[in-house]
Amino acid sequence: MTNTRLKNNSILAVEAHGLVKTFGDNRAVDGVSLSIPTGSICGVLGPNGAGKTTTINMLATLSKPDAGNVKIFGYDVLSETQIVRQLIGLTGQFASIDEDLTALENLMIFGRLYGYSRQDARRIGNELLAEFGLSDVASRSLSKFSGGMRRRLDLAVSLISQPPLIFLDEPTTGLDPRTRTQMWQTIRKLVKGGSTVLLTTQYLDEADQLADNIVVIDKGRVVANDTPEGLKRSVGSSSLRLTVKDADHTANAAQIIRGILKAKVHLAEASELIAPMNNPDKLTDVLTSLKDAGIALSGVSILQPTLDEVFFALTGESSQAKKEEN
Amino acid sequence: MPNTTILPANQRNLKNRVGVGRAIRNSGTLAYRALLKMFHNPEIFVDFVVLPVMFTLLFTFLFGGAIAGNISNYLPIVIPGVLLMSSFTNCTTAGSKLREDVDKGTTSRFKSMPIARIAPLAGSLTADLVRYVMGGITVFTTGYLLGYRPEAGISAVIFSILFVMFVAWCLSWVFAFISLCTKTISTASAIGVVVMFPLVFLSNAFVPAETMPGRLQYFVLHINPLSHVVTVVRQLLTYGTIGADFWFALSGTLALLLVFIPLTLIAYKRKA
Repeated sequence: MTNTRLKNNSILAVEAHGLVKTFGDNRAVDGVSLSIPTGSICGVLGPNGAGKTTTINMLATLSKPDAGNVKIFGYDVLSETQIVRQLIGLTGQFASIDEDLTALENLMIFGRLYGYSRQDARRIGNELLAEFGLSDVASRSLSKFSGGMRRRLDLAVSLISQPPLIFLDEPTTGLDPRTRTQMWQTIRKLVKGGSTVLLTTQYLDEADQLADNIVVIDKGRVVANDTPEGLKRSVGSSSLRLTVKDADHTANAAQIIRGILKAKVHLAEASELIAPMNNPDKLTDVLTSLKDAGIALSGVSILQPTLDEVFFALTGESSQAKKEEN
Repeated sequence: MPNTTILPANQRNLKNRVGVGRAIRNSGTLAYRALLKMFHNPEIFVDFVVLPVMFTLLFTFLFGGAIAGNISNYLPIVIPGVLLMSSFTNCTTAGSKLREDVDKGTTSRFKSMPIARIAPLAGSLTADLVRYVMGGITVFTTGYLLGYRPEAGISAVIFSILFVMFVAWCLSWVFAFISLCTKTISTASAIGVVVMFPLVFLSNAFVPAETMPGRLQYFVLHINPLSHVVTVVRQLLTYGTIGADFWFALSGTLALLLVFIPLTLIAYKRKA
């Protein structure tokens, strides 16, 4: 059954409708629908246990949905499973590479499994190692690799067959900031080459940095599906936090801020003020006005909305509270 | 590669099935993987080189005098027994590598790839053939050093090793199945010991059945399938011939294989 159907480039990379997966009484995924255009990055955002991995597993042919359907580039995951598997690369949360083998051996074995000859598998393996900055450790046993190196190698493995769709399940969880930034650069590069990426994350800033579209999942349901800008707008973007040196000036300062930002000012502590700030340009106005009024500050910071605040805004309860509830 | 352009999905030549040739190549690659892992981890050689030497020496010197009068008379009895014991204890652990892959997540990656479903199983179990062969060579070498000279010559020795290797490979599917059905690997290996120990010792592997009490003798000679395998090997090494026992053992293990390949595959799919 070769590909004779007319499929154009505008076809959706992922098209999922009403996915349901239950484990016992737990509806891990409860009616998730997704559509990801070819060549974009979709960020699936949610706390632990929201159903992110379960969703990915169904999209990547690892588990069968109890209800709903999935098409990958127009191919059905249930009836055209082997075709779908030729179009996807999956990097799961657990390192699926072999500790006992060297980096190159790992890549070559997966290359051979994808049907490349020994020579081609070696060439592709070496190219990927160079691409991921692992060339000088190519023949070293993986047991001496750091967490970041393993994660990169794991990603390299899923790129061997140059799949047009790549699933990344929490690609940066547990990585240090520098490695995290490297991973982000790699992901951006992939999309430039024409790949479509679906990544899950617990971090709003990661989804914001990378994704064209963010799908927020909670308790197995999609609670928001928007661009990063749209999502942040609904959450109230960032807020300004000021600490006044002299607590007596607090009320005065609050009045000035209210006047400029046209927003409600919260008094967090005796001398600490928090106000939502949709336009960062207003920051200079606030600071000059305070200086003109002779109010000295001991601290200024801009607070980015956290996943918790997104959840609070979208569902009315924090993700933390939910976890405790469960 | 990230710096090259990805071929779009609609320009690819895609097939929705994995052919037999591909399945065999995939299994070969995964057998190669298992072998590489084995050779990168030489400490596991203790299992199939040191243990057979130890068992051969232990049984020969401990029981040789009591059972056969002297050591050289006991060697033709004990060498086939130890050959069988070492191969079969090796095959009880056949599923542990598979289980490791399942528990670590490697299996999930395999499952997301366009490879034959049976390849990870077949590859892992087939790589074990190396263990059985090395065990067999070790047993015969130790025997040779102790003065054992099988009447039927070297070709009988090679044939015996191949025969026991094949039986052990068929049996390893059963133990792979068990290891995929239990909650932890240690439970599976415990089951392996519990099943294997009585079968090996309540057979004619180390002691001639004629010396045993009636009911036990009946079990050893007529119920325990391992006795047939031992008898085949002894007959081969002594007379260089194969008899009814050979065909019985061969058809028995083949039947086992036909039942357990699909069962193990189902258990593997459920677990992964």
